[in-house]
Amino acid sequence: MAAVVALSSLIEARQVWRGREAPARVGDQPTGWKALDAILPAGGWPDASLSEILLPVDGVGELQLVLPTLARLTKHKRSVVIVAPPYVPCVAGWRQHGVDMRRVEIVSAIEKEGLWTTEQCLRSGSCSAVLAWPHQADDRALRRLQVAADTGKALAFVFRDRRHLSNASPAALRLELEAMPCAQIWVRKCRGANVPSQPIPLTRYVH
Amino acid sequence: MLVDGAANARTVVAANDSARAAGLRVGQRLTAAQALLAQFDAVPYDPQGVEKWHRFLAAIAYRYSSEVCLLPHAIVLEVSKSMGLFGPWPRLESLLRADLTDLGFRHRIAAAPTPYAAYVLAGVSDGQAVLTADVMRRALRHVPILKSRLPASAASLPGMGIRTLGQLMALPRDGLRRRFGAELLAMLDRLTGDIPSGLENFRPPDVFDLRIELLHDVENQAMLVFPVRRMTGDLAAYLAGRDGGVQRFLLRLEHRDGRYTDVPVGLLAAERDAGMLFEFARGRLEHVALPEPVVALRLIARDLPAFVPAGRDLFDERPANAMPMAQLRERLRARLGDSAVYQLGSTTDPRPERAQQVAATANVAVEAHPRPTWLLDRPIPLRGMAPLILSGPERLETGWWDDGEVCRDYYVVETAQGQHAWAFCPPGEQVGWMIHGWFA
Repeated sequence: MAAVVALSSLIEARQVWRGREAPARVGDQPTGWKALDAILPAGGWPDASLSEILLPVDGVGELQLVLPTLARLTKHKRSVVIVAPPYVPCVAGWRQHGVDMRRVEIVSAIEKEGLWTTEQCLRSGSCSAVLAWPHQADDRALRRLQVAADTGKALAFVFRDRRHLSNASPAALRLELEAMPCAQIWVRKCRGANVPSQPIPLTRYVH
Repeated sequence: MLVDGAANARTVVAANDSARAAGLRVGQRLTAAQALLAQFDAVPYDPQGVEKWHRFLAAIAYRYSSEVCLLPHAIVLEVSKSMGLFGPWPRLESLLRADLTDLGFRHRIAAAPTPYAAYVLAGVSDGQAVLTADVMRRALRHVPILKSRLPASAASLPGMGIRTLGQLMALPRDGLRRRFGAELLAMLDRLTGDIPSGLENFRPPDVFDLRIELLHDVENQAMLVFPVRRMTGDLAAYLAGRDGGVQRFLLRLEHRDGRYTDVPVGLLAAERDAGMLFEFARGRLEHVALPEPVVALRLIARDLPAFVPAGRDLFDERPANAMPMAQLRERLRARLGDSAVYQLGSTTDPRPERAQQVAATANVAVEAHPRPTWLLDRPIPLRGMAPLILSGPERLETGWWDDGEVCRDYYVVETAQGQHAWAFCPPGEQVGWMIHGWFA
């Protein structure tokens, strides 16, 4: 050892790569939730992929999770399609979250046409995000949606009941919402990284 | 083989290659033809059908030129100006050929400085292009009189030893006028361009009406797909020629005895792409229950507005092969129903039931009080223990003037399952909770 080099100088010269400490980067599709962006490998929603959101019951903040994204997309004049929602979207409430409702298309479809509609919208390439509530989607149907999202470079969000958690899913990201005893989000699967062991608290706010 | 004439004296009007090889000739009696060849298909000649397709092709040709004229069994178009747009003649010719081949028409094309010269040259051989007057005169010289499409009086010329146009044009004009009349001379002058052709320009019709008779009765929609594809393809070609689009068209499925089923196809905006028109027509057709077998199909398009192609941004973020939103909307409507795709907008009414409606455009300020993200079609009672009140009340008391009176206190509450709900109860009571929405 001829010369002793201080470790700090190596680090400052960026010659040493530090495995653990990746800079908190912002992904292409930030969720709008800082804590969530920080732990997701893509720095946000996996782009052009299927994200699955699992719920115990309706009305536990599942829309709140995606509304910042929808607000961002519609402000950039990108279209968002809602396929067969379980309830009527309340215009006043969505606008409070900053969503431009002129960019939101709502499609009413019966259950068996819902998957076809979702796939068509994703594949078309003209929708930036598609929200769907499939009841009887199996592994193959979800895989088709994942492929369609990749083809059309769109964000696909499917909202399903929590009981589907035990079934494998081709989604790039699976989030589980928990309402009781406190509102929090579990990341159950995220492509490109290990699943975080801790849930993220979900701040629920009312405008 | 095409046959025409009275039932007892049918003659051959046209015969295909294999029939000609067997010795059948145009103008032959059908009985003579049957003696020569035991088996052939004789199709009756349909002058109206020929006329219709003639006009249809003229409408197609209209895409390439504003001056299109109809001549018997031919269409003449003025291309000297069109070449500025479509490129030199070989290129324009290949475009024309591609169109005609796609539509399933056999054709011969010739180009010449005068319409009649092109007409005659196309009758002689396919693909001739003479672009100057000198070359044209030389080319015409070798055309046999029989193929020169001159008036009937010229039929006796070959008998006199005059077999080509060159020989005819070399004859003294005075003698020709005396023996054959002025018409033959005028025709020769039109051929060479010495006098104007005097053709009347074709004007494309304003209504597209196409009927296809099916070879047998069809009871299943799936069998109608192929004729419909052909018809929408023809419609698209017609629209392209007209530089227009179609907003609404009608597919009429004809049954026996003059009964029919109409399948209207309405679009949100004018379109003219063949694939799209076919897809929308098929989507509508799939939902039709056929009451009885279909014997013929008819496509009628009356509403033909101008077509404005959708503009795309140079720096568009969407993938290159993206389908425009309007087209996606049409595709969904075709399968799911006309009212399946909609947008919601706010109105100025504060009552939640009337605060939004399909495609409302009222410019309303963002609501200051909390509003849920899901609205229930009708309020449902909240059972179980009293909920936890998160905010409220907000009193809504209005509508006494139009029989839709509401008087409610709205609260944001949390249910036992952790859901945030938008619930109301009678003013000042906090019992009898009704859930009207979810803060999802």
